[in-house]
Amino acid sequence: MRRFEVRVRPGLADPRAESLAREARAVGVAVERARVARVYLIHGALTDADADRVGASLLANPVLEDVTTGAGPIDEGSACLEVHPLPGVMDPPAQTVAAAVEELTGVPGVRASTGWRYDLAGVSPADARRLARRLLANPVIHAVHDGPHCPDEFPHAEPKPFRVTRVPVRDLDDEGLARLSREAHLFLSLDEMRAIREHFRDRGREPTDAELETLAQTWSEHCVHKTLKADIVYRGPADGIDWSGRPGHTALPDGSVRIENLLRSTVAAATHRLIEDGLDWALSVFVDNAGVIAFDDDLAVCVKVETHNHPSAIEPYGGAATGVGGCIRDIIGTGLAAKPIANTDVFCVAHPDSFDDDTLPAGCLAPRRILTQVVAGVRDYGNRMGVPTVSGGVFFDDRYVGNPLVFCGCVGVLPRDRIAGEARAGDLIVALGGRTGRDGIHGATFSSAELTDTHADEFAHAVQIGNPIEEKKLLDAILRARDAAGGPLYSAITDCGAGGFSSAVGEMGEALGAEVHLDRAPLKYNGLTYSEVWISEAQERMVLAVPPDRLDALRAICDEEHVELAVLGTFGTPDRELILRFHGEEVGRLGMAFLHDGLPRRTRDAVWPGAGHAPDGRDARPTGLSDDGRDARPTGLSDDGRDARPTGLSDDGRDARPTGLIQTGRDASVAGTLLALLAHPTIASKRWIVRQYDHEVQGATIVKPLVGPGGDGPGDATVIRPAPGSTRGLAISQGLDVSGGDPAAGGDPYLMALSAVDECVRNLVCVGADPSRIAILDNFCWPSCEKPENLAALVRAAEGCHDAAIAYRTPFISGKDSLNNQFTTEAGETIEIPPTLLITGVGIVPDIDRCVTMDLKGAPVAGESALLLATVDDDGEGSMPQRRARVAAAVHAAIRDGLILSAHDASEGGAGVAVAEMVLASGVGAEVSLDDPFAERPATYILEAADGPATAGALRRAGASARVVGRASAGLNGLTLITPGERAEVALEAMRRAFFGALDW
Amino acid sequence: MPAGPLALIIRTAGTNCDAELARAFEAAGARPSLVHIDRLIAEPARLDDADLIGFPGGFSYGDDIASGRVLAMKVRERLFGPLAAAVARGVPVIGVCNGFQVLTQAGLLPGPIGAAGAGRTEAPTPTVALAENIGARFIDAWLRVEYPPSACVWTRGLEDLDGASAVLPIAHGEGRFVADAGALDALDEGGQVAVRYVENANGSARAIAGICDPTGLVLGLMPHPERFADWRQHPSWTRLDRSCLAGPAPGLRFFRNAVEHAAAVRV
Repeated sequence: MRRFEVRVRPGLADPRAESLAREARAVGVAVERARVARVYLIHGALTDADADRVGASLLANPVLEDVTTGAGPIDEGSACLEVHPLPGVMDPPAQTVAAAVEELTGVPGVRASTGWRYDLAGVSPADARRLARRLLANPVIHAVHDGPHCPDEFPHAEPKPFRVTRVPVRDLDDEGLARLSREAHLFLSLDEMRAIREHFRDRGREPTDAELETLAQTWSEHCVHKTLKADIVYRGPADGIDWSGRPGHTALPDGSVRIENLLRSTVAAATHRLIEDGLDWALSVFVDNAGVIAFDDDLAVCVKVETHNHPSAIEPYGGAATGVGGCIRDIIGTGLAAKPIANTDVFCVAHPDSFDDDTLPAGCLAPRRILTQVVAGVRDYGNRMGVPTVSGGVFFDDRYVGNPLVFCGCVGVLPRDRIAGEARAGDLIVALGGRTGRDGIHGATFSSAELTDTHADEFAHAVQIGNPIEEKKLLDAILRARDAAGGPLYSAITDCGAGGFSSAVGEMGEALGAEVHLDRAPLKYNGLTYSEVWISEAQERMVLAVPPDRLDALRAICDEEHVELAVLGTFGTPDRELILRFHGEEVGRLGMAFLHDGLPRRTRDAVWPGAGHAPDGRDARPTGLSDDGRDARPTGLSDDGRDARPTGLSDDGRDARPTGLIQTGRDASVAGTLLALLAHPTIASKRWIVRQYDHEVQGATIVKPLVGPGGDGPGDATVIRPAPGSTRGLAISQGLDVSGGDPAAGGDPYLMALSAVDECVRNLVCVGADPSRIAILDNFCWPSCEKPENLAALVRAAEGCHDAAIAYRTPFISGKDSLNNQFTTEAGETIEIPPTLLITGVGIVPDIDRCVTMDLKGAPVAGESALLLATVDDDGEGSMPQRRARVAAAVHAAIRDGLILSAHDASEGGAGVAVAEMVLASGVGAEVSLDDPFAERPATYILEAADGPATAGALRRAGASARVVGRASAGLNGLTLITPGERAEVALEAMRRAFFGALDW
Repeated sequence: MPAGPLALIIRTAGTNCDAELARAFEAAGARPSLVHIDRLIAEPARLDDADLIGFPGGFSYGDDIASGRVLAMKVRERLFGPLAAAVARGVPVIGVCNGFQVLTQAGLLPGPIGAAGAGRTEAPTPTVALAENIGARFIDAWLRVEYPPSACVWTRGLEDLDGASAVLPIAHGEGRFVADAGALDALDEGGQVAVRYVENANGSARAIAGICDPTGLVLGLMPHPERFADWRQHPSWTRLDRSCLAGPAPGLRFFRNAVEHAAAVRV
């Protein structure tokens, strides 16, 4: 074993060490000086000359770095720490180093591992260890050494003796079944365990461990969405939902409503109704790894958004990175493979300042660490994949402290004649990409469970580190195989995600059956059981169905791209069974029918207490948000005149609510409120995040996430050009309205869904997307739906999704739910997240030259431009969502006709904050009159136009309410806000300090 | 119409700006052709047909160890001779971002590669380097730049750009130009500084964004001209007079310059 330390040459700047010292001081450890070294441990038959060559011409840059062989001395008064990956944890550079050393020296069989050495001057050993815990290492994946780590050997495992493990279930009583489910981490309900017991009683044998694991993976909430597909009985007030005429809904005599398969009867029903009604551009919905829509005559666009919440709670960097990697693989696994062209990311975390060492619940990581690490994870995976991360957001609420949310989205492009694939009997089951290890075992069942303070210990194996270079090679190889002359070299493809091979092969072989030889999977190391091979969620793997006569051609491409290929078995068995073998011996045999249709369907209870009737005890939760003003917030429902309107909902004017972000006491000045809102982390500039992402790789980012002359204005949506040279674009954005649906704050998830869809549409329309060509996706992140109130909240949100989709004619094309988002502390207190619905949307921009951005232009020619507020016409016809949708159409027409210089959606902080952001983005000043500047009013746009009255007239003719509220000019400084009682002049510099200073990490 | 000059774009595992580099060459009139480094090592004669050579951006081999390190090792060990010979033939070479990091570590920049390059097979020891950004963080941003008078073929005629035109996008974590004073003076005096930051976001010595070899044929730069081949890629094009959309964007002019040069050499 040879050890090398590489560090920056003395006298040269060492940004990594300086940044470490800065961050250490921020967590209270005064580091006088830090030195950082990369450590390489290399094992192989290298001569001394080889080793010198490796050090000098591979590991170090002679201009910048010094290399030390062995362990350099520890300075007097310094603490020395080393951080190395735990055995079995992915160490991506290690593979590259080993291969490069072999190439440079010609010595075969080299193994390597990498770590970091920190020499911290002026730090006690105890403080050094604290620093390791807080900043440098996560015990889930790292080993921390109190000095240089020089092992003689790498840890290695012997092959395990093989024997088939059978698990007795036939004689278990209910208690025994429950215990087995819990202790084996199956996370199956008693009903489900009973169904398994009956099945094997019928078969007259006990299941193998692999069979039980297969069922647990396939039946997990994560994989099968059993809550959203369950039958639900909803009790409680309708609160504005008209139950009549909804597919799959039956009014029961006792006043409750029975909903058959919630997902099919709401979100999916809306899409299918729109398709029946003539919408012809939704090409593949809810059936593939991503939803697919037509982009133009030749190309299709596919979109998927996933969550990776539980892994990110325990290891934020790896959790977020593998979230990105997994979602990209979903896109690669759509149809016959799509090319990923954009990533999105949305995070929900606790306020960075709400917790300190004493108040942070045990088992939770500090919110700032979580946020910086998930950003780093998304950055490192997305940037290395060459997929631009173009759109996202961060929302802060303290109830996310133990269970942060990490939404990773991906958009892909593929030829329209490649949008469907199907495995055929006789096709080979081919695994491509990374090797299988013990990493990620039980990810699917883990993500379906609830987090507790001991999860980091129990589920360390579910956490993993991504290796983007492996996935990039995989992508390059697959796109070549897809576009091979003579047609694709495979007939179907899917990714290995949750459940690993078990889910991938189980899904692809559902109609055919499959026979799998688990000993043929390439392994990272010895010692895996067949069962571990089968359910490992090791990253960067795809499964293909390959006709035998195409295998050689596929193998040739994989060899060139350095992608490992393994033939695991064959699709198609006589009795449509899943047959697992290990070294020839049968280790599992399950009928596909039982695997996919044997899951007992439950009827679940949903109880809605009524909007504004939060059950007792909810207020006890830490929220971080102000309590003031909440009670005063209108519920969004009027008490009178409900029957007079089609939906029973109030006029939109009455939906306006004071912002929930900060306290807006009676004595707060307009200027003070504006600055406080601009500095609120949810609103404040996220440029420190966006600038770390390569959001322009592939060269197609036409409207960037940051806009304006300084490149720091928060754009509403990003526009990319999927087809080089085409004038068509694709806008990407999101809508999220957690506050509006928070039952603890008197919110209603039904209204939250309507408002999230509207916000998403507004964002897309503001850059030039055509609202009649917008497709959306749902991501429900909910606390436990075993609790009837939470399930009722889910029902209401799903009904809102349905109604919005119909009204806006925006089909849902894909979605994903994550339903056990709560954290139980050591003391037994359960912190539920607020129900969170993320709507992601993509919209076609018919002509990218008509794109507009939100930075004020100030009309240099005329010297001054008009600012308009466009919103819902309360007297217009139709339902409330329909009237909102009309505003979107009106704004789009005005943009298309060239009337609009800039456009911005008013959401958090209302129209006042929207105008302020337009000023901030451009430096152009504005003066506006607003009655209630910070009220969050739905369906509201701020528009800048050269000709105010003419533009207002055009908007009104198109069915929106519109009026000129002010003016913009480069001659004005900052923002002047005129309210009925006050004229507030806020200087640009003060606004900049608030907006850019708050989160300038 | 005669086929344009052949632009050979050298890619490997983790290269991710190859498609846009190919598009920029194509828009400038060249015929781009992508080749994997291992294929090129097996068939170095393919370099003989190249009229232009591009090393694209991205993360070669994950940029494990350091940016461009492993690819540079392969180029230095296996391809230095044929590449030096190509430069000696007058072939323009560009290395963007990761490609720049490769060129400096493979000994192709700052040059001179040797007595006209021909026949030399051993790479010189690097004298300049791209180190971690001074803020220890990846940066994606458009920065104001200037084009000093230089020998560079690629940036010919760009010296007069100003305002909205004198910007280029960067996207890197290791782009801080480092060299000792002697090497820096030599670059300045030899007209080898081809692009300089006006906003020096990564802390580069003398704000150097890109350098060429003494012949002006080999250009390495951290900014991505291929991401400014169309005005709609400009970060605030919606503020510009829309009539500019039809004209060639400054990034495209890099490639036109080189393609014109290559076409002239070929004739």
